[in-house]
Amino acid sequence: MENLGLIFAPLFSYKLLIVLFFGTIFGLILGVLPGLGPTTGGALILPFTMTLDPLSAIVLLTAIYCAGTYGGAITAILINTPGTPAAAATCLDGYPLAQKGEAGRALGMATVSSVIGGIASVVVLIFFAPLLANLAYEFGQPEYFALAIFGLTMLASIGEGSPIKNLIAGAFGILISTVGKDFMTSIDRFTFGINELTEGIGFIPVVVGLFAISEMLTQSTLINQIFNRVALKAVKLPSIDDYKKTWKTIIRSSGIGSFIGVLPAEGGTVASLIGYAEAKRWSKKPEDFGKGSIEGIAGAEAANNAATGGAMVPTLALGIPGSATTAVILTGLIIHGVRPGPDLFREQPEFLYGIFGSMLIANILFFVLGFFGAKIFARITLVPNKLLWPMIFAVSVCGTYSLNQSIIDVWLMLLFGVIGFFMRRYGFSVVPVIIGLILGELVEGTLRQSLVIFDGNWLMFIQRPIALTFFVLSLIALSFPLIKRKKKNDKV
Amino acid sequence: MNDVHKEKGTNKSLSLFLKSSFIVSAVIIVISSILLYFTFTFDIVPPILNRGIQPATFPKALLILIIVLTLITYFISLKNPWKNEKKLPNSFYITLLSFVVFITVSKFLDFFLGIALLSIIVSYFWGERRLTYLIMVSIIFPLIVFVFFETILGLRFPPGIITNLYYG
Repeated sequence: MENLGLIFAPLFSYKLLIVLFFGTIFGLILGVLPGLGPTTGGALILPFTMTLDPLSAIVLLTAIYCAGTYGGAITAILINTPGTPAAAATCLDGYPLAQKGEAGRALGMATVSSVIGGIASVVVLIFFAPLLANLAYEFGQPEYFALAIFGLTMLASIGEGSPIKNLIAGAFGILISTVGKDFMTSIDRFTFGINELTEGIGFIPVVVGLFAISEMLTQSTLINQIFNRVALKAVKLPSIDDYKKTWKTIIRSSGIGSFIGVLPAEGGTVASLIGYAEAKRWSKKPEDFGKGSIEGIAGAEAANNAATGGAMVPTLALGIPGSATTAVILTGLIIHGVRPGPDLFREQPEFLYGIFGSMLIANILFFVLGFFGAKIFARITLVPNKLLWPMIFAVSVCGTYSLNQSIIDVWLMLLFGVIGFFMRRYGFSVVPVIIGLILGELVEGTLRQSLVIFDGNWLMFIQRPIALTFFVLSLIALSFPLIKRKKKNDKV
Repeated sequence: MNDVHKEKGTNKSLSLFLKSSFIVSAVIIVISSILLYFTFTFDIVPPILNRGIQPATFPKALLILIIVLTLITYFISLKNPWKNEKKLPNSFYITLLSFVVFITVSKFLDFFLGIALLSIIVSYFWGERRLTYLIMVSIIFPLIVFVFFETILGLRFPPGIITNLYYG
């Protein structure tokens, strides 16, 4: 608690304020452009962060995360295409309201609820991350293994799409992490005699491939698609009547978003869908949902932005990413030599509280920029794909090449782009691959180290209370989709 | 009559093999099986030095898990079929082909030239016909990115016919 004062430190650093400003603008642009978003954008910007100090680098990435999550709403409302997956639920009521000539009101509500959700989640982050970090002091290798398994099973059960396909994707991600020299014995695995693969497959080629390149291939199938764009005059602040209708929804969705964010899953996407569904369930006028309900917009937007702070809790406290974008931020931390976990809270509080403060400021910044600049950002959607995607390709190629100056990385990026395209085409989410890749080393490392420490005794995993708790939770997470399906069948 | 039934039965079983769920599951299982085979070629730590599990054990377990889960997915798809995907348009195959062009050109001629060629192919076949825009997207923008990465990040791009001119 004595460190709370450090939250305001970024306000007194002109360098951090500049980074925040550019991060917010960049995040808004990425959020507005369909198919990009904070995850791909963060991955593309990672090489540039090498020119910054660690705090500035992470502040830049978190600003992109916060602003990018909100930016998706602009496109969702104006062209009925979510700029980011997290804004998918916003389309349902945002676009119909815009069609009624109330685009400004819809965007105003999206902006206000996003800011409230975002700020609420940073408060959750500030109070819960240190608590979780303290708990992590009790963790040994078996507990971390059980935690990583829990993370992956949660991803499968509450992530989007089929849980089994999510598990396959997660296992594929972990498998990618096994490529290269085995960390314990230095024995080559899946290197096929290629020297560059002995160091393993980097995170950037996989992320840029799975997100940016696969999206480029998806866009290549949609070149004849025509968007009906609704004109925007100006963003309007919600009226007193709108606030009266939505304040409960905003508070509820902020709570839902923060909670979903903390769980290792697809963060904002799932949070916004649940936030929207709950807003409808509690609404006095559920029949208005899908026809331009202001509560629908508030429910979805407060939840998806609330997931940003929530997702940072396990990322910073345990080193377990809460979403795909936080996996990019986690990579940023690792590249800059910062190891997330309890020690970070004890040894570098100024660094952590600098991040917390920056996230708060980023939320306020995107409120101002979104409110006054939404009209300008909306114009970015006018850049035709036939010009935009070749440019993104150039940045993707150079960005991927730059980290290791390896042409193999560029080829891998293209390969993962093709894999990602077909995965998405056949209903496999690419997010579990990223989380699996990030957690892969932790899963295998902690499993093998545990077996070494406990002399090959597999039973120790269930003899340790914390590890056992995580395994039980994993089983519950795995059976959750089955229970849900049975309930659905019973209803039918 | 019997022949007709036989033909219908043949078509039914043929269509089963052409279903996307079957093709996708088969591809995953074949690739996983090949990789599983490779895990048996990994070096083994001698028992006297071995602590814990062998380096091949973990990837083996993962691959078996993937195969089992894929089989489950396939059997579920027999009850709840996957939605039929639309046929991929030509623009997709051209974009895919441009990747091959990029790889070939960047490997044998020049990295920058590879990016420029891909940009012009994609932009043109996605519908851009204005020469100014084609030049902008295929030469000016990649050049800006190239110089930016080279100066800001101190990146050295792989040698090639155009890159060598830049580096003198």
